[in-house]
Order: sequence, then structure tokens, then C-alpha cells
Amino acid sequence: MERRVNYENDLNLMATEPRLGLPGCGDDEPQRKTNPSIRNNKRTVPEISEVSSSESNSSITMSGSDDQDSPPPAKEQVVGWPPIRSNRKNCLQSSKRNEVEGMGMYVKVSVDGAPYLRKIDLKVYGGYPQLLKALENMFKLIIGAYSKREGYNGSDYAPTYEDKDGDWMLVGDVPWEMFISSCKRLRIMKGSEARGLGCV
Amino acid sequence: MEPSELKRSKDSPNLDESTRRLSFPDEVLERVLSLLKSHRDRSSVSLVCKDWYNAERWSRTHVFIGNCYSVSPEIVARRFPKIRSVTLKGKPRFSDFNLVPENWGADIHAWLVVFAAKYPFLEELRLKRMAISDESLEFLAVSFPNFKALSLLSCDGFSTNGLAAIATHCKNLTELDIQENGIDDKGGSWLSCFPESFTSLEVLNFANLSSDINFDALERLVGRCKSMRVLKLNRSVSLEQLQRLLVNAPQLAELGTGSFSEELTFRQCVELESALSNCKNMHTLSGLWDAKGIYLPALYPVCTHLTFLNLSYAALRSDELAKLLAHCPRLKRLWVLDTVEDKGLEAVGMNCPLLEELRVFPADLFDEEIIHGVTEAGFVAVSFGCPRLHYVLYFCCQMTNAAVATIVQNCPDFTHFRLCIMNPGQPDHITNEPMDEAFGAVVKTCTKLQRLSVSGRLTDLTFEYIGRYAKNLETLSVAFAGSSDWGMQCVMGGCSKLRKLEIRDCPFGNAALLSGLEKYESMRSLWMSACNVTMNGCRLLAREMPRLNVEVMKEDGSDDSQADKVYVYRSIAGPRRDAPPSVLTL
Repeated sequence: MERRVNYENDLNLMATEPRLGLPGCGDDEPQRKTNPSIRNNKRTVPEISEVSSSESNSSITMSGSDDQDSPPPAKEQVVGWPPIRSNRKNCLQSSKRNEVEGMGMYVKVSVDGAPYLRKIDLKVYGGYPQLLKALENMFKLIIGAYSKREGYNGSDYAPTYEDKDGDWMLVGDVPWEMFISSCKRLRIMKGSEARGLGCV
Repeated sequence: MEPSELKRSKDSPNLDESTRRLSFPDEVLERVLSLLKSHRDRSSVSLVCKDWYNAERWSRTHVFIGNCYSVSPEIVARRFPKIRSVTLKGKPRFSDFNLVPENWGADIHAWLVVFAAKYPFLEELRLKRMAISDESLEFLAVSFPNFKALSLLSCDGFSTNGLAAIATHCKNLTELDIQENGIDDKGGSWLSCFPESFTSLEVLNFANLSSDINFDALERLVGRCKSMRVLKLNRSVSLEQLQRLLVNAPQLAELGTGSFSEELTFRQCVELESALSNCKNMHTLSGLWDAKGIYLPALYPVCTHLTFLNLSYAALRSDELAKLLAHCPRLKRLWVLDTVEDKGLEAVGMNCPLLEELRVFPADLFDEEIIHGVTEAGFVAVSFGCPRLHYVLYFCCQMTNAAVATIVQNCPDFTHFRLCIMNPGQPDHITNEPMDEAFGAVVKTCTKLQRLSVSGRLTDLTFEYIGRYAKNLETLSVAFAGSSDWGMQCVMGGCSKLRKLEIRDCPFGNAALLSGLEKYESMRSLWMSACNVTMNGCRLLAREMPRLNVEVMKEDGSDDSQADKVYVYRSIAGPRRDAPPSVLTL
């Protein structure tokens, strides 16, 4: 009664031979459908030269031309590859997000002498006057008016920002759009350091 | 002492001598055995004879269970009456990469219930890849009055509420180590649950959590726990706050900083550097989230003594790393992101001659356009400068056979060689050949090799090499590799010490699976997913080997005859009863 298990049949070699084309486009419909570990239906398993259990050789038929047939598998389409724990992936993703946010959206604002920093969304403001007003309100200080020649002369405070290149610049010198796309963080300088700026 | 030696003496004609040797009091034997710590040594001891088996089981205080389903808590409690410390591992390792279905199992609760009854004086619990609920954590917190150390690595199922229960009730807690878990982070108030009278904490690691904690509570906690030697903060702790903590804890040996990127005034930088320089015992540094190069000099005073530096959350450039490493001559273990590139690794080779372990993690998994990361050149550079290197985990975008041959020639003492060429099935990028010779070189040269992860385009030849040469290999991870059943057959036939084999997306089928029939009982487990194994093959294996649990996880919509994911492991507890519907036990 016990049917002798025939591995050759079970394996159904031809049907399971990986191909680079999408499933269903070959003449012998593979019994095994898409590789279950792959999220979408693209066969992203790279070509494996031979599948044969009967032959014990390891001959390789390197079909170099096959390389050009399909684009290299996009990394994120293979589940669980590369083998990195989700914790680590999530941490790195959120780092990236922070980086992107620094480029002109949420930026940290520090004021010399204040015990902690604040965060503001630059996109909310239409231009420099609104931004400066908001900063004045947030930190209860007077920054005053900007002048191209003298900066914030007359004020105890000077708003500065760190740009993409890591340089500290005076707020107001460049057009607003350029400013919000390159501003990574704000620092409101105080005292003699501040008064020195703009008079260079 | 070899078990066979004692057996021989029993059979020898000099009976007096052998009787004398066997008749020393149990107490002496137990005392001697109590000095044995390694669980493998203890296993060997227990096999010598019945007396030694009993003496060993009465003196064992720590039990290590590598697969929670290989045994039941009742069996453990029956054999070892005096356990104070338990290490338990649950899910197959590929669960870390989302290959294991949700609710697969490995729930700790049944174990805790038995422990509460049989080991009321339990002190330590170390779990890896187990499912643990808040209810279980609460139960743990109130059931064991002597409880001292909880370590959770890559576990899931709990939230910060569970941690609050631990903090509230475990009056003698010395260690709370929460690493890389799937936690439901509901906020940082759990840390405030440590009572003001609580002073025993030595190890606190909450780097895994993202929410803000009450800094004042933390500052007071660290201030009053004078024996604290390990403190690993989460990202929400700022540099300024770090400085305040360090001022009160100069005795720290291991520090995980919080965020390392906010702006500091000059005075704050000086204060931070000063606080760090007072930490004369510090040998391990981690955290450094989003580290900005300009603040790294604050670390220099600590760097001279550092033996382990974990920069795997700091996306440093090569020049930033080079500057930092110039101050770290004693480094033995280094973890970095591939943002440091080959140039950064050259600096490793030049500055860290004592290096034993290197891990290079990929920073950017999703950005296809930007090509960066490390190549074979970086690895080769490290191998020239660090001859003591024996552990490597290397994620790279390209590799060559020649490079690996050079690497193992420079560093023949590898015990752990985990190479991940990130594009599956990628050949040698110069010769376009498979990477067979690379791994051939590894197994031929590194006779002490215990753990190997292979990648790139590999034919059966790689596995022929492994089977022929890797005689000390215990753990093998294979993905997108091999040409036929023959490959796996070589491994099953040749690697006599193999304990863990995990395979995904390889053309190994039933013949390969069944070639290991005799072997699986001497292994901890086998995992095969997305291979060519069928249900019939698995059923045959289950039938032939009743002491193995053969579990199949089916994917939605897959063929009925295909065994999509197979997990085979030895067990004296029989088939498990808590398997979810998606897991079939054959």
C-alpha cells in the first residue's frame, strides 16, 4: 500500500528549474510558483546554473548572457535580505529621516544660555520676518531688523544657521527658498560674539 | 578527564585502586564539579557514570537551553533541582529577518510557571528570540524574590509596561539588559518605577527604546547605584545630559551614549571631555547615534583604554573614523557602518594591530542610486594590519576570490567568517567566476573555523570544500547558493561537528534533506526555506527519525506538495503542542 516515494518525480526537475523570466512565461509551467520568499511576483532569485540531483558533478554552465536578460534584483524585494535585524534597519531609516528633515523642514533652534533646545518647522513661515518674529516670541528676546550691510546691528542677539556644508551663516543673507533648503539648524548667538557679526 | 579513562579503570584488574578512585565522597565530587562552568564540560561529565550524572545535576546552577523546544520545563526541573540561572533560546535565527511567521511560538510563560514552582530562588533569566508578554514579565517580577538579572535579546511581545513591572517589584535587580527587541514602546515612565531606595543596579541597557525617559529619575538612579558598571542609554538622552550622568558615574566600564549630535557650546564640550576622561575603567563604548565628527574628540581620553568600540549607529566618514582610531591603539573589537568605506578600513588596519573582531554593517539599504559601502579592498587592508583578526561580519557590495585568499593568508585564525555580498548570487567582480575558491581558501586555511556564512555566486564546489575541510564547523548559513543536492550532501557528510545549518533559496531538495538523516540528532537544528524540499520528503524524514521534530511552515498560495519552510530539530519533549495553524508538525 505504501507508495514508494520517488524523489525524481517529487522534485519535478524541469518544472523547478529557476529561470530568469517571470513565472508563467516559460513553456513548461513550473509547478512551483514564484519563490515564496520574494514579496512580489518577480523572480529575483539569481540564475542558478544547474539543478540536478542525479548527477553528482558540479559542472557549471556559466551563461553570461543571462546576466543581461533581466535587471539585477532590487534589494528591498527579497524578504529578509540582506540579513539585518529589523531593529537596526529601523534605526538607520530614522537617521535618514532626520537627515532629510534637517534639510529645511524641522530644525533645532538653540539660544546661547538657554538650558534646552527647541524645534521649529521652517516650512510654516513665509519668509524671514515671520521666522524672526516667531523666534522672538519663542525665546522672549529681541532680534530686531536685518540689514544687508550691518546684519542685526543694535541687537544683543544674532540668528545664525548651519548650512549643508557645515558653515555657520547669518540668517537673512540668502533668498528665503535657498535658506530653508540648506538650513540644518539654527543658533541664536548672544553678546559680544553676536554684536561682532554683520560688521565685518 | 576523558570519560573513557574512568571506564577503563573500572575494567582494570587492579580493583582496589579503581574502587578507591570511585568511592570518594559525593560532597567532594559535587564541590569539584561546582567549579565547572561550561555547560559542554558538564554534559561530558554527566555521561561518565550514574554517580557523576547525579553529582553533576545536583551541583548545576546554570542551565543553557539552546532550543526551547528540545526539552520541556518539567524535564529540566526534574533533572536539575538547584538552578539559579537560565539561558533560553527560542525561534530559529531567520526570525530576525522576518522569515518566521508571527505567533510561531517560543513563549516563555509555560517555563516561568514551572520555574516559579521549582526554582523559587531563580536569579537570572537570559532569553534570546523568545516571545514574552507583559503578563509574563509581571509574573516574573512578583514570583522570584531573589531575582537579579534579566537579559532580553531579539525577543518580542512585550511593552514598556512589562519593564515597569520589573522595575517596580525586583528589589534585588542587578541587571536589566534590553537589546534589539521588538518592544511596544509606550513611553519612558517605566524608568521612574525604580524605587528611591533601590541601589543595586549594575547593568542598565535601554538603548533599544526610543521614547524619552524622565531624565531626573535616571540621574538619581545612576547617582545612587554606585556599583553600576554598564550603562547604555537611548537616543533621547542628549550630550549635555550624558555629561551630567558621567560626573556621577566615573566607575562605568561600558557606556552607550545617547544622541551624539546636538550642538554644544565650547564649555559644554570641555565638560563632556573632562567627565569622560574621569572614566578610568571604561573599556566599551557604543551608542553614538548620529555622531557628528566635530564632537568625537571629546572621546579621545577614553579611547586609549577602549577594547570595544561600537560605531554601528554612527554614520562616520572615512576621515572621521581615521582621526578617531588614531587614539584607539588597544581596540580588540570594532563595529562600524560601511559609510567609512575602504579608506576608513585602511585606517583600521593602520591603527588597530590588536584587533580581533570587525563587523561592518550596511548603512543604506534602500538607495539604489548611490553606490557606496565597502569592497574587497577594505577587508584586505584590515587583514594586513590586524593579524589577530578571528571574527568578521562583512557586508559588502563586491568581492573577489583573490582578495579572500589574501585575507585568510594574513589571518589564518578565523573562528567566525561571515561574509555577505549583498547582491544575491553575485560572482567575483573581476573574473566573473563563482566565489567557490574564496570559501575554499577560507576552509582550507582556517582550521579553527566554527561559524561560516557564505554568499555570492556559489556552485556545489563550495560545499565540497566545506565538507572536505571545515572539520570544526558548527554553524553554517547559506543563501542563494549551490547547484544541486550534491552540495548539501557534501556538507552533511563531511562536517562532523555541525550543529546548526540554515539554508534559504537554494536548489537543495529531498535527496539533500534525507542525506542528513543520521546527522540531525547530533545537531541542534536545520532550517531550509525556499528550497526544493517537498512535503513527502519531510514526511519521510519524520517517519524515519521519531526523535526529531519536523515542522513545516506553509506560505499562502503555495503548492500543496511544496514544503516552503522546514525546521527540523531534535527533542526529548516530543512534538510541541503550541504550534500555530501555519506550522505543521509531521
